[in-house]
Amino acid sequence: MFGKLTLDAIPLHEPILVVTMIAVALGGFGLVAALTYFKKWGYLWTEWLTSVDHKKIGVMYILVALVMLLRGFADAIMMRTQQALAHGGSEGYLPPHHYDQIFTAHGTIMIFFVAMPMVIGLMNIVTPLQIGARDVAFPFLNSLSFWLFAISMVLMNMSLFIGEFAMTGWVAYPPLSGIEYSPGVGVDYYIWALQISGIGTLLTGVNFFVTIIKMRAPGMGLMKMPIFTWTILCTSVIICGAFPILTVTLAMLTLDRYLDFHFFTNEAGGNPMMYVNLIWAWGHPEVYILILPAFGVFSEVTAVFARKRLFGYASMVWATVAITVLSFVVWLHHFFTMGSGASVNAFFGIATMIIAIPTGVKIFTWLFTMYRGRLEFTTPILWTLGFIITFSIGGMTGVLLAVPGADFLLHNSLFLIAHFHNVIIGGAVFGYLAGITYWFPKAFGFRLHEGWGKASFWCWIIGFYLAFMPLYILGFMGMTRRLNQVTNPEWVPMTYVAVCGAALIGIGILCTLIQFVVSVIKRKELADVTGDPWDARTLEWSTSSPPPFYNFAVTPRGNRIDEFHEMKRDGLPPAPTKYAPIHMPKNTGVGLIMSMGALVFGFALIWHIWWLAGLSFVGIFAVLIYNSYNTDVDYYVQPDEIERIEKAHIQAKAKQA
Amino acid sequence: MREEKYHRLFRTLLTIVVAVSLSGCDWVLFDSKGQIGIEQRNLIITATLLMLIVVVPVIFMTILFAWRYRSSNKDATYAPEWAHSHKIEAIVWGVPCVIVVVLAVITWKTTHELDPYKPIESEVKPLVVEVVSLDWKWLFIYPEQGIATVNELYIPDNTPVSFQITSQSVMNTFFIPQLGGMVYAMGGMRTQLHLIANEPGEFFGLSGNYSGHGFTGMKFAVHATSNEEFEQWVAKAKQSPNTLDFNGSYQMLAKASENNPVEYFNAQPGLFRQILGQYIDYKSTHVSGAAHDSGAEE
Amino acid sequence: MSSEVLSNHAAHADEHEHEHHHDAGEMKVFGFWIYLMTDCILFATLFAGYAVLSTAYAGGPTPKDLIDLKLVLVETFALLFSSITYGMAMLAMYRGDKGKVLGWLAATFLFGAVFLSIELYEFHHLIHEGAAPQVSAYWSAFFTLVGTHGLHVSAGLVWMAVMMHQVASRGLTPVTQTRLSCLSLFWHFLDVVWICVFTVVYLMGAL
Repeated sequence: MFGKLTLDAIPLHEPILVVTMIAVALGGFGLVAALTYFKKWGYLWTEWLTSVDHKKIGVMYILVALVMLLRGFADAIMMRTQQALAHGGSEGYLPPHHYDQIFTAHGTIMIFFVAMPMVIGLMNIVTPLQIGARDVAFPFLNSLSFWLFAISMVLMNMSLFIGEFAMTGWVAYPPLSGIEYSPGVGVDYYIWALQISGIGTLLTGVNFFVTIIKMRAPGMGLMKMPIFTWTILCTSVIICGAFPILTVTLAMLTLDRYLDFHFFTNEAGGNPMMYVNLIWAWGHPEVYILILPAFGVFSEVTAVFARKRLFGYASMVWATVAITVLSFVVWLHHFFTMGSGASVNAFFGIATMIIAIPTGVKIFTWLFTMYRGRLEFTTPILWTLGFIITFSIGGMTGVLLAVPGADFLLHNSLFLIAHFHNVIIGGAVFGYLAGITYWFPKAFGFRLHEGWGKASFWCWIIGFYLAFMPLYILGFMGMTRRLNQVTNPEWVPMTYVAVCGAALIGIGILCTLIQFVVSVIKRKELADVTGDPWDARTLEWSTSSPPPFYNFAVTPRGNRIDEFHEMKRDGLPPAPTKYAPIHMPKNTGVGLIMSMGALVFGFALIWHIWWLAGLSFVGIFAVLIYNSYNTDVDYYVQPDEIERIEKAHIQAKAKQA
Repeated sequence: MREEKYHRLFRTLLTIVVAVSLSGCDWVLFDSKGQIGIEQRNLIITATLLMLIVVVPVIFMTILFAWRYRSSNKDATYAPEWAHSHKIEAIVWGVPCVIVVVLAVITWKTTHELDPYKPIESEVKPLVVEVVSLDWKWLFIYPEQGIATVNELYIPDNTPVSFQITSQSVMNTFFIPQLGGMVYAMGGMRTQLHLIANEPGEFFGLSGNYSGHGFTGMKFAVHATSNEEFEQWVAKAKQSPNTLDFNGSYQMLAKASENNPVEYFNAQPGLFRQILGQYIDYKSTHVSGAAHDSGAEE
Repeated sequence: MSSEVLSNHAAHADEHEHEHHHDAGEMKVFGFWIYLMTDCILFATLFAGYAVLSTAYAGGPTPKDLIDLKLVLVETFALLFSSITYGMAMLAMYRGDKGKVLGWLAATFLFGAVFLSIELYEFHHLIHEGAAPQVSAYWSAFFTLVGTHGLHVSAGLVWMAVMMHQVASRGLTPVTQTRLSCLSLFWHFLDVVWICVFTVVYLMGAL
């Protein structure tokens, strides 16, 4: 009746987990109690849970990402402390069974449930506004994408309290991830959480590709778009090209595990090496999905705070496109040591190096944007400066690893770990944090507190160097990754330095959290009344903060690069005398409901509760089909309401001036 | 002043970096005792230096530009509309291109020279060692000498060693950091690694690919010795009362265990081929696997 | 600085709304086309996996032994005819002929059902003869590639049934017409994929 699920699945014998369970239960209960006390359930349902508004959806993505950052970071600090403690005969406080789940969860969470939602969140909030559109091409699909992602996050976290997580590393190579060597439910949690969120991401890729191609403001040719929009277009292309590969690869592993197929088994002709090729054919483009939007953020931020046009717009565009294309032909550099033959290795190594060229061009572009500008040291600019230096070092170690002969020594070592954290933290995370700081006032109507933002930055960057430079050294000392004990005494001192760095990053995260709280408390002082707190250059800043739900009362034109900046210089035309009705989509809870079905489906499959899996599968599609009969999906906003909203904003600005 | 604070912080950071880097004298990758490892180390250094040609100016320019063009510095030229320069474009596209071309040539050459499958040129006859990764220990079979050992590897110095590698179960990598780079050990596939120790010494070996709960314990000691000492060690191993045969004691050994002590066996001839044969259908003419020279070679 | 800015489009509002409706349908079809391209990559990955495992028989049965090309020919024609009938349905849709649309859709459904029935029979036969997907990596790849195509066809048939009901009860509205266009793309796409499956798996496997 319940498949493999029994009460034993709840790990009551693990003190760390019991404490976590209690904390989460208390927190959850507190949240429910607060919502009930302040009578906010209705508001939550109508304004957020059923919203198809890209701005709200984007905010929800980033909220989830920040929560999961806490869990991913907790995993990180646990690993660092374990390695700092477990040497000289001591086994530390995390037995292999626990430690091995932690490093798998850490990677999975950080990539899929922190970095991806940050990217998709920023995409959602900003892109339609930047191109002068009222929403994305397919708002319902957008909501569905978010909820599929959200419940996959829930499913992943359920593994903490019911059953266990995978113990394979975040890419889960077979045969270790096959049913013979991982008979538990852990790999199944991994598979279904990723499969479900992967569908959400794929739909987002399609959605934003169509949005940017088809819904740009009149006059906005492709070579007039903001660079952030370009990076999102390219990111969407990569998503569309790469995620189907992940879907198939995970499906093959699923068939092996559930139905005794032989794609990746050692026996019966299976080929585990094929999994490695397939997963990295997805995995490498994936990391470019993470970094390109961060590059886009830096382009926006640098131009605005250097008070200067972005240098070399066309070069930037072509560099982004080049990176997009090249990202699909380098995957083998993740496994040079698998004996593919010298010519094959050399080809992929050289292809990887070639990507360094457009990336370098971008870095110089940002530098020459600052050159002869008037740089203001706001928090986003600090993140940018920190990024340029840090990412250059990370990129350098990447090109080094791209030389197969060098990689033979450094593959899977802590040098590799240091490299990818170098580019992901120094590149992607710094970019996301800069983007959040930059666009926060647009989303919420008030700026983030500068002081706490700067404190966060300094803790992050110093913490990063303290945590990861020792890992480069440990790589040179021959230490490999994923060790749950430090078996060579020579390696111990560096692990002490690294744990200090991790602690400092933790303080940085704390500063960010404090920053949010303080900013909310001080929101009146930090208020953004004009909609353009930074005197910025692109169309999203021409709306109020937050924008009206329809974004633009009148569709803008986008004839020039940095159109808004040019408009401010030309002098803005007066308000229109009358408004036309605006066609908007209605909110709907169908995305949420279908996703709840997907949650039940995933859980049922993990625990082999076949009847429930079948039922929920049918239910999901029954809801979809039933909803397809619904014609009440849109409405028109009437001119009087539009006028009221627009007048209120004009008056608020006048009062400010 | 804010700028002074940045200066001080930068100096502190630099001090930490220098102190930390001087503390590690056991950088085995830079203290290689094997020809292969030495060439790989040289490659790391060369590639790093080539890239510093770009990275150092970038870091320098970042600090310089941020400082000089800070908004409070009204003396610096302010050119808000200047956004094009063919000369700069040519340099920022061109210089990295040149560096990449140089690196590409080096990569092509060295990747072929350092191909783990390429035998080492030497007048000395190579020693063949067959390596099997099990859960969670290493088995070394010396087919010519007729012995097998667990977690202990002896090789004669200045002798090329040809490692033939496979796995009983999941993927591992066979790695002796101080002698050279690693290669994956995979079930049903035979990968190869050629290494040579330039001098006698004791080195450590490990697996570089996570393979399960006992992964951390997959360490082995590597002893490079004179020919005499090597022969003595082989003789000692041969004195073991235990024989490692595929259907009997090997199956016992293959059962999951961690932190295995060193063991010696007399090895049944053809043991390695039988281990590979668990997953390969030797009768079929084509076996998919590691691109060249792998798998069904009999 | 709000959207008070820009040009005064209020006067042209009505025209834009008409354009907007046509645009919405066109945009949906474009979006579906992009989705189909991702489905293409999905099949490409399955083909790549099949190619890698194309001789991994593990000493067991091979496709040469067991594939009945005659049956494959019949099911191929069934699918090809179903594409023709769907094309006729689309022509009827452009003419606004609801009755003919329903008729041709029913014919398409029938041919699609024939295709699936033969495929299910074939799978049953193979398993019965000892070529189950659990037997070797080759058959795992075979069943997955061919089966994924079959699952797509099944989903298409479900969609087609729903469309027949919607067209019957609501007529050829902009919404139903857009959906029929998307289904058309889907159905023809599956036909193209089948040509590849037919060639790579059946012809190259069994000849």
